[in-house]
Amino acid sequence: MDRMPPWADALLVPLISLVLAAILSALVIIGIGEDPVAAVTLMVKGALGSTYGWGYTLYYATNFIFTGLAVAVAFHARMFNIGGEGQAMLGGLGVALVCLYLPLPHWTLALVAATLGAAIFGAAWACVPAVLQARRGSHIVITTIMFNFIAAALLNYMLVNLLRPKGAMDPATAKFPAATNLPTLHDMLTPIGLNFSKAAPANVTLVIALLACLAVWLLIWRTRLGYEIRAFGHSETAARYAGISPTRITVVAMLISGGLAGLMALNTTMGEAERLVLNSVEGAGFIGIAVALMGRSHPLGVLMAAVLFGFLYQGGAELALWTNIPRELIVVIQALVILFTGALDNMVRMPLERLFLSRRRKEG
Amino acid sequence: MTTAPAIELRGISKAFGPVQANKDISILVERGTIHGIIGENGAGKSTLMSILYGFYKADAGEIFIGGQKTEIPDSQAAIAAGIGMVFQHFKLVENFTVLENVVLGAEDGRLLRPSLATARAELKALASDYGLNVDPDAVIADIGVGQQQRVEILKALYRQADILILDEPTGVLTPAEADQLFRILGRLKAEGKTIVLITHKLREIMEITDTVSVMRRGEMTATVRTAETSPTELAELMVGRKVLLRVDKTPAQPGAPILEIENLSVTDSAGVQRLRGVSLNVRAGEILGLAGVAGNGQSELLEVLGGMRTATGRITMNGQPIDLGGRHSDGQSRRARGIGHVPEDRQREGLIMPYSAWENSVFGYHHDPRWQNGPLMDNAGIEAAAQDQMDRFDVRPPNPRLAARNFSGGNQQKIVVAREIDRNPDLLLIGQPTRGVDIGAIEFIHKQIIALRDQGKAILLVSVELDEILSLADRVAVMFDGQIMGEGPAGSATQVGLGCLMAGLGGDDTRDMSGWTISDAAIIEEGTPDVSRIEAQLAEKHADASKEV
Amino acid sequence: MDFATALQILDSTVRLSTPLLLACLAGLFSERAGIFDIGLEGKMLMAAFFSAAVAFVTGSVWLGMLAGIASSMALSALHGLASITFRGNQLISGVAINFLAAGLTVLIAQDWFSQGGRTPSLIGQARFEPLTLPLADTLQTVPILGPLYHELISGHTLPVYFAFLCVPATWWILYRTRFGLRLRAVGENPAAVDTAGISVIGLRYAAVAICGLLCGIAGAYLATALQAGFIKDMTAGRGYIALAALIFAKWRPWYALMSCLLFGFLQAVALRYQNIDLGPVTLPVQFMDALPYILTVVILAGFVGRAIPPRAGGEPYVKER
Repeated sequence: MDRMPPWADALLVPLISLVLAAILSALVIIGIGEDPVAAVTLMVKGALGSTYGWGYTLYYATNFIFTGLAVAVAFHARMFNIGGEGQAMLGGLGVALVCLYLPLPHWTLALVAATLGAAIFGAAWACVPAVLQARRGSHIVITTIMFNFIAAALLNYMLVNLLRPKGAMDPATAKFPAATNLPTLHDMLTPIGLNFSKAAPANVTLVIALLACLAVWLLIWRTRLGYEIRAFGHSETAARYAGISPTRITVVAMLISGGLAGLMALNTTMGEAERLVLNSVEGAGFIGIAVALMGRSHPLGVLMAAVLFGFLYQGGAELALWTNIPRELIVVIQALVILFTGALDNMVRMPLERLFLSRRRKEG
Repeated sequence: MTTAPAIELRGISKAFGPVQANKDISILVERGTIHGIIGENGAGKSTLMSILYGFYKADAGEIFIGGQKTEIPDSQAAIAAGIGMVFQHFKLVENFTVLENVVLGAEDGRLLRPSLATARAELKALASDYGLNVDPDAVIADIGVGQQQRVEILKALYRQADILILDEPTGVLTPAEADQLFRILGRLKAEGKTIVLITHKLREIMEITDTVSVMRRGEMTATVRTAETSPTELAELMVGRKVLLRVDKTPAQPGAPILEIENLSVTDSAGVQRLRGVSLNVRAGEILGLAGVAGNGQSELLEVLGGMRTATGRITMNGQPIDLGGRHSDGQSRRARGIGHVPEDRQREGLIMPYSAWENSVFGYHHDPRWQNGPLMDNAGIEAAAQDQMDRFDVRPPNPRLAARNFSGGNQQKIVVAREIDRNPDLLLIGQPTRGVDIGAIEFIHKQIIALRDQGKAILLVSVELDEILSLADRVAVMFDGQIMGEGPAGSATQVGLGCLMAGLGGDDTRDMSGWTISDAAIIEEGTPDVSRIEAQLAEKHADASKEV
Repeated sequence: MDFATALQILDSTVRLSTPLLLACLAGLFSERAGIFDIGLEGKMLMAAFFSAAVAFVTGSVWLGMLAGIASSMALSALHGLASITFRGNQLISGVAINFLAAGLTVLIAQDWFSQGGRTPSLIGQARFEPLTLPLADTLQTVPILGPLYHELISGHTLPVYFAFLCVPATWWILYRTRFGLRLRAVGENPAAVDTAGISVIGLRYAAVAICGLLCGIAGAYLATALQAGFIKDMTAGRGYIALAALIFAKWRPWYALMSCLLFGFLQAVALRYQNIDLGPVTLPVQFMDALPYILTVVILAGFVGRAIPPRAGGEPYVKER
């Protein structure tokens, strides 16, 4: 028999991990001489207290949904894709090339074309590590880390030497044509009578992110490919027995993962900056790891974790603005979440299992 | 010299979660004897010995070594108490030399050089005392299994062990190598060492032990003098009731060949040749049993036939060739050709342990259009079909939503067998069908296999249990070192003759088996087979193969 | 390129290789014992901050060094707790440690010094001073060898010499001592070590502790010798380059020296030249930045000699029957 009921494994373990991370974060805040209650109040007000705050929270959440799904899909095939950062950078390049060089008359067409561009560039960047893993056994964690750095150098070169408009100083592309600019939540909600902040960057990409959640759910739990990806993730020898090609699954899962990470660029590059800048990813690729771990690689979990991190991100920005707490507090919280949900989960699970076991013994 | 027993266990109990592995076990082993512990897989033998070696801590009970009450919290304490253990899966560092492995954990001081020198001298002495010859500078990965086992024994002796525990030591050995091992154990006993032999093979117990304890479902059911018991009595004690050692079946009515294998060869990723020109055929309505010591190419043959491995040579199925290395050499294509496959290791290959029973019920057949619903899988349809299948094959509990890991070994195997038989294959590959399966399930599975044969299907049975081969198969082929050593009717096969062939030998004993063809590759040798020469030959072949990379 | 320039580049190669080498050997101890460590970066960063902060406050570089080592070893202990005691995912634990260090250093720096996440500049006894080796000045006039000795061998700070001495020391420990034998064994087959009556957990914690110690020195070197104080994210990927160097070196000490010198050299060249004109092609500086990573991928792909990691690496040890 299983040592504890599935609901406890799916909900209780991550929840307790989260509480532990929260307690430690509170201690850190106290350690630097601030009041955690006041800090949380400020964060809630700043991130959720106005449509402006919500606009930013959802904007960040959109990024994290994509990168979280990317890590989650790879997790199902038992691969740890740390390369979300690099894949998202390349996705940005894809978006920029589409927006700058294709004559696109309307944002809907531009969105379709840019979605393809982002996904293809992101997938391409995941392709090399995937093929090396499948064919040569090169550890995907190390290769994707290396590819993050190579992506940074490549993007730097492209922006500084090739894409920068003449005379411009900062390494960034020109502004995208106005026809490619995406409608923000303000633009979308005003016609139906809702008054949403005009200044917040949340945009139509959020809808794409939600659709991506649904698509990933269908893919993993309702299709043959998902069945094969999960089977491969549980046991490679069994997969080979069933005629599931390990090479194919490794590559396909990583292409999907890279494509999802690449899609993040729609939000930052096309939706917000409307041009490609050097550091548009800003660590969202890594936050995807925390989001996927917390969401237990389930799209619904990823969605909730992404919104939580969106809240932390926006709340953290508010904290940095009004208090002496720097934005890096979020990095610490992110680290603690990864630590407790990803690496120290047995610390929570083992005592829980013992608890359930002794309860069952008493009943039996 | 004391007369106190070498080992005495009193009331040992141990539970893993909800599973009670050992229940109130007491045992007494006299000094200078060989004591057997016999029981089915999962009876708790290994757990008991792991407790004695400090690998696990018992929940209750006491241990006395040489009459002294002894606490064994870890392996260090066990070694200090003079206990050495040879595990079923060797605990050697593959890229270390024999010498380094022996020294590891028993060094003289902080520096390595003097320790290695001492050990070298000591190994020489042990080699001449007990006939345990191993090259101290050979790297473990380069030497054969028999040699590796000797290194394990040397490790224990180097640590001055008085008590030696061996866990299923013959599983990986040929009968001749096993004889050699038993001779070594005999010499150790003569020197006053105490030996505990854990096995599930009745023959070994009868051959070499002085006393024997029988375990069943975590309990000790009896301890008897070997001379005063019989295999039948032990078997009864093991399973708790009379065992049918023979399976009821009518003579086979073989038809046309279904599977024909010609000159099949396989070289693995390390460059070692695993199959060397194997030719075989299996006819409709017969069971071909493939016997051999584990690791002589049977697994590779099954993997090639199941599409898990590429090969050279020629295989035809119903007269049509099968792709051995191209796009269609995978499990999907094999299934499409009417080949069902019950793999040797159900937990690593045949099932996805966290998948529910219904998900597992289509594993390998998940491309079947029957289970598709547009672009999605028809999960509800699969679950309903799985429920029906579980009822027919008596899988308990009959709950298709339960994860595979929550079923017992026998019921897991039933899930796999049901899946493969239900597809009505022309050829069924079946590897180690009853490994780790309880007696009740064994009978059920054997009946299913024979029923399939009687429907005119071809069956290729691979098993390392000679008894299983002899009771199920109509025809038997023996593999050794990647080759078929001989082939003939099961009715005229003898244990001794098969044992010789399993060691690659073709002497008088094999020629006595009427209707048998013996391969030229089998070495003709009179009298006692010379194990060391065969080992040397194998090592040479192995080295050659590695060089070719 | 003239002799003086070449000498300068080589001199800077030595200085830039030092933190890589220390971190690489740190990773070697850990990974040879079967504990993967992608948290080298974080440990170095943490040590860099605490060494600079304590050196600034106390005015003693040695107290700074101690603080750096202590902070790095604390993160090692965390990694050990996650990956050895609780048998968690070693890679994820490493990632978490990198973020923890990146966040905490800035957070604490801001709290203590309020200079936007940096420490004040270190001066005097709070930094490691270059050492002049005997006769360096006297021999400077000897052609070729004189300047070579004076610039390249002499005139470095203490941690530099320590780092280079660590190479033979590591080799000796690994291959000539009981501890080394056991360490290598536990990374290949922990069950063999366990059944031999040696504590797998103890050995692995020891390895992880050594890893923390060396990372601590590497971080302290960055903040108190190579530079004068801590700035945000000052390790700048050095932990990952060290990891790459370790793979490049196939987990062996002397090869680690070679690969760290190579990667240090690449950094030195990239630092000095923006673009490298090779006649028909010009190599952009970004290419030089990416080169260590590209080389590592090539090595990992197994086209130039296969890198086989310690067999038990990354797998928590669970006793099996």
